[in-house]
Amino acid sequence: MIAGISIYEILTLTTILFFIGVYGFITRTNLISILISVELIMNASVVNFVIINKYLYPDMLQGVLFSIFIIAVAAAETALAVSIIINLYRQIGSVEVKETEIMKY
Amino acid sequence: MDITYIYLIPIIPLAVFLLLGINSKKIKPAVSGYIGVLGLFTSFLLSIYTAYQYFFVIGKIDGEYQQFIDKTTWLNFTDTLHIDMGILVDSISIMMLVVVTTISLMVHIYSRGYMKGDDGYTRCFAYLSLFTFSMLGLVLATNLFQIYIFWELVGVSSYLLIGYYYTKPSAVSAAKKAFIVTRFADLGFLIGILIMGYYTGTFDFETLNAVNPETGMLVLNWASTSFMGLSVIAWGLILIFMGGAGKSAMMPFHIWLPDAMEGPTPVSALIHAATMVVAGVYLVARLFPMFYFVEDGFALNIVAWVGGISSLFAAIIAITQTDIKRVLAFSTMSQIGYMMMALGVSGYDGHEGVGYMASMFHLFTHAMFKALLFLGAGSVIHAVHSNYLKDMGGLRKYMPITNITFLIAALAIAGVPPFAGFWSKDEILVAAFENNQILYYIGVFVAGLTAFYMFRIYFGIFWGKDKKYEHTPHESPMSMAFPLLFLAGMSIVAGLIPFSEYVSADNKGFEAHLNYPLAAIATTVGIIGIALAWVFYKKENSLSDKYAKSFGVLYKWAYHKFYFDELYLFVTKKIIFNRISAPIAWFDKKVVDGTMEGIGNKTVVVSDKIKGMQSGKLQDYAFAFIVGVVVLAGVFIYLWK
Amino acid sequence: MDILTLFVVVPVLTVLALVFTKDLKQARTVSMLGSFVQLGMAINLVFAYFKEKEVNDSIMVFMKDLVWFEHFNIHYTVGVDGISVAMLLLTAIVVLAGVFISWKMEDLPKEFFISLLVLATGVYGFFISIDLFTMFVFFEIAVIPMYLLIGIWGSGPKEHSAMKLTLMLMGASAVLLVGILGIYFNSNADGGDLTFNILEIAKVNIPFEAQKLFFPLVFVGFAVLGALFPFHTWSPDGHASAPTAVSMLHAGVLMKLGGYGVFRIAMFLLPEGALFWGDFFLVLAAIGVVYGAFAAIRQTDLKYINAYASVSHLGLVLFALLMLNKTAWSGAIIQSLSHGFLTAMFFALIGMIYGRTHTRDINKLGGLMKILPFIGAIYVITGMAYLGLPGFSGFVAEMNIFVGGFQHPDMFHRVLTVLAVSSIVVTAVYILRLVGKIMMGPLETNNVENLPKATWYEKTGILLLLIPVIAIGVAPLWLSDMIMDSIQPFIQGVIK
Repeated sequence: MIAGISIYEILTLTTILFFIGVYGFITRTNLISILISVELIMNASVVNFVIINKYLYPDMLQGVLFSIFIIAVAAAETALAVSIIINLYRQIGSVEVKETEIMKY
Repeated sequence: MDITYIYLIPIIPLAVFLLLGINSKKIKPAVSGYIGVLGLFTSFLLSIYTAYQYFFVIGKIDGEYQQFIDKTTWLNFTDTLHIDMGILVDSISIMMLVVVTTISLMVHIYSRGYMKGDDGYTRCFAYLSLFTFSMLGLVLATNLFQIYIFWELVGVSSYLLIGYYYTKPSAVSAAKKAFIVTRFADLGFLIGILIMGYYTGTFDFETLNAVNPETGMLVLNWASTSFMGLSVIAWGLILIFMGGAGKSAMMPFHIWLPDAMEGPTPVSALIHAATMVVAGVYLVARLFPMFYFVEDGFALNIVAWVGGISSLFAAIIAITQTDIKRVLAFSTMSQIGYMMMALGVSGYDGHEGVGYMASMFHLFTHAMFKALLFLGAGSVIHAVHSNYLKDMGGLRKYMPITNITFLIAALAIAGVPPFAGFWSKDEILVAAFENNQILYYIGVFVAGLTAFYMFRIYFGIFWGKDKKYEHTPHESPMSMAFPLLFLAGMSIVAGLIPFSEYVSADNKGFEAHLNYPLAAIATTVGIIGIALAWVFYKKENSLSDKYAKSFGVLYKWAYHKFYFDELYLFVTKKIIFNRISAPIAWFDKKVVDGTMEGIGNKTVVVSDKIKGMQSGKLQDYAFAFIVGVVVLAGVFIYLWK
Repeated sequence: MDILTLFVVVPVLTVLALVFTKDLKQARTVSMLGSFVQLGMAINLVFAYFKEKEVNDSIMVFMKDLVWFEHFNIHYTVGVDGISVAMLLLTAIVVLAGVFISWKMEDLPKEFFISLLVLATGVYGFFISIDLFTMFVFFEIAVIPMYLLIGIWGSGPKEHSAMKLTLMLMGASAVLLVGILGIYFNSNADGGDLTFNILEIAKVNIPFEAQKLFFPLVFVGFAVLGALFPFHTWSPDGHASAPTAVSMLHAGVLMKLGGYGVFRIAMFLLPEGALFWGDFFLVLAAIGVVYGAFAAIRQTDLKYINAYASVSHLGLVLFALLMLNKTAWSGAIIQSLSHGFLTAMFFALIGMIYGRTHTRDINKLGGLMKILPFIGAIYVITGMAYLGLPGFSGFVAEMNIFVGGFQHPDMFHRVLTVLAVSSIVVTAVYILRLVGKIMMGPLETNNVENLPKATWYEKTGILLLLIPVIAIGVAPLWLSDMIMDSIQPFIQGVIK
């Protein structure tokens, strides 16, 4: 619980963060940027978990626990994604989404 | 009485057909000829025996010839309607048995000589046997459906025999024409049968024809339902007569008969002169009590007029034709018209029924002399290898037997006493005179025409110009001459049979007398016809051409058979093929199939259009997803408010 | 194992055996043996049926019931009456004849025979099932191999034809499935469980509203297979592209599933719907009868002529079924059988002619009788049987239909019957035109003089089909009575 800051303000912040992520995910053409955008979305939800846990159910820990869980998974996932991107880069020499369309259809 | 042996009469030809048909390549021609003749000879003997038994031993009970019936169920339709197969023995069926087996036997014997050396010798005998089987089955039929079944079988044997020389396009199209025209007429027959079956609940001749002895009327209640002011039964009879008219080559279904002459000549003698073509007459005679009683003979009147008009029409055409077989074909049509007319003007009881008896009598005598004419013509054609009058002349020197027998037949058909045709024709004219004067005058006129055209070809063939032949014509071998002599004998004596004693509408028999004034008139007219032919054609001269010219348009029309063929051709080619069939085929291809194909093609087009949405770009999907979520969220929020 | 299940098991075993065959010789021998066993079983079934019928008076005999999927009450239920017995016999004969006709199938023989027998399995299963769902499953099994058979072994625009055929039939199946489910969900109208069993459903009074709704679905679903106008267009293209044996099986047997299904399901389970919709579909069927015949006149491809002729003749089957009386129905069933044999013969003959002259265009053929006497003679016989000559099965069937149709007291049915009767003339026109053109007349120049004569396997195949045609035509009473007896319980629903 942070004094002087209500849950709405923090939720507004995470919503903005979330939609920035979404916006980035849709508009970016660089795979790395897309990955970063996904991280933003993920972080927005992590913050939500913690905040809602803290503000609504202060004597419980599930939210916090879950956020740690997400962070761990996100780390693994990022590693995976980056490794794919690196491999892709080695194959086609680019990390632009457009260039990866060779798998289409 | 045990009549089951009569089954053998049609079954023997069937067995011969199967034997020859299946082994047509294995059996030697010489053997197959003997098999055919032998089989038919057995049937012939059996028929003669049957006739003897029936007419002289057991047939007559209480002064009335009885019907004997033996039948089994062949197919069930409903609880009451079923097709039976069996035999019905009465005077006309016995008479037809004798006619069919006699002519068929003669034709079989004749064919052994005529068809010698032909590729399909065995096939010919197989078909002839098939035809004989079907015709005998038709004659013996116990009910409408059985007669229809054999009717169709007769039609197909006729098809096969007309198309016997199947490599000749004209024979193929003639066969096709014969089958389709008669099939069209049979459509009427079949619908008539359906009407009968529905309204009377039976197909049996026995029940349909039953006459109540007390009231002297039909037992059947024919007046219960009417359609367009006429009893439905009368409609049924008219439709059935349509089938009869088709098979008997009455107007307007006659067009197939002249073309049917494409078949071998013995076949024409058997099928298209003596037996099959009289099936229509037989059919009307078979149903005579119905024709007579229903609506006071309304349908019978139609029969009379169709017969009379066909008779006149055919006789006129016959004068102008130059192919001797075609002359004979039109002559056949004319004579069958006579028989129809006789039936049409007939009464029922006792002497009133003279027309009925005369018709059957004429059927009998006509079968003999017309078969003889055809076989004689075949003999001539065999000798000169042409059908056309222009290739013939002066043959009397080369072919004495043919000459004499042909002359006898011509005299018989011309109605010169004491030959067979005179007696039967006289009875017909008596019947017409008593009932319908107009038809009587038509009949007399036709008798004159008949004598004229028949002697026209007789003189044309055997007298006339003395032609030089490349190969000297020679008399036919014995196998061909014997039937000629036999039939000539029949043509002389057949008229002396006291026919009315045995065959009459009410089966009681009556005594017919020669009506001297009428007989004198008919004979005179016939002799005038012969005399005219003598003047025109005895010696080669230009008289006939001159007179033909003076008739102008009429001659031209008659020569072209009143353009009936063209009319039919127009209807089939222009209307059925081009106006009905072609649009339907087009409609099917373009509209029905087009719709189905169109649905398929449109699906492909649409899927091509929306294919772009599946871009494979994750970001596009994510965008769509998020837009969807937002929209849905908006909707839910709005709804829950 | 019971006598009926064997009908499905034997072809499946044959298919399994075929998997291990190596070449054409083995494949055809195995298929022939399998089909022979099948034919033996079918003949045996006829006798067994008559024997069983004496002691057992139920609608269906040799019943067997196994639970398949309990939750939805789906059973594997089999049983036969006289009609299915006749149909099974037809199938067995046509399949065996088809195997003989494919004796020289050089191209992927193993796969070909496997597909053929899978198709046969479906058909057999369809005819013995009395559970709607099982029936539907077998129906699909029968339809699917057709795609492969035409698409792989066909000729001409085979992919297109195969696609068209399969899509139209699948579309019909979809409609049919909706109809079947509709029946299923109304099968407890009198209380009790939902059921797919035909005999159970027949006892239930399905509400009129439901019947009105589902009858057209079921009817059209089956009738597409029975080439109902205007849903027949898959048939000419499909037949034209299909290899001989497949055309035979398809026109001879598969198309019969349509009429059989209409009779067994649409008419039996939805009688009030049939009465409500009858006149509408009757008009369509009557149009099909005449229309198919007229369309056949103008075709020049032998197979197209036969396909349109089938539209006309099978139109007669649907026409008779919609006449809703015993005589007409018996005519419909006999017509199915008769057309099955005859059309299979026709396609077999066309295959033989095509195999020798390499053309199906009637304008390029002529005078074949002279050089191919056996094929010519049989062709003429088949043609004559096709146009309803007495002494062959077609006549018996058509007369039953016409007499049945004419038994209706009202003018509407009568006029339509007369219309249908008139098709016999048009049939004569196209058959005789065909026979006159290709068999008779002068020999066409581009035909080689020394065409091979018919071989023993071709003759066997043809004679197998010809014998029943003549047997039915000459002595129809046993078949007709067997069918009439079996129709009795079915007609009652409509009459009441």
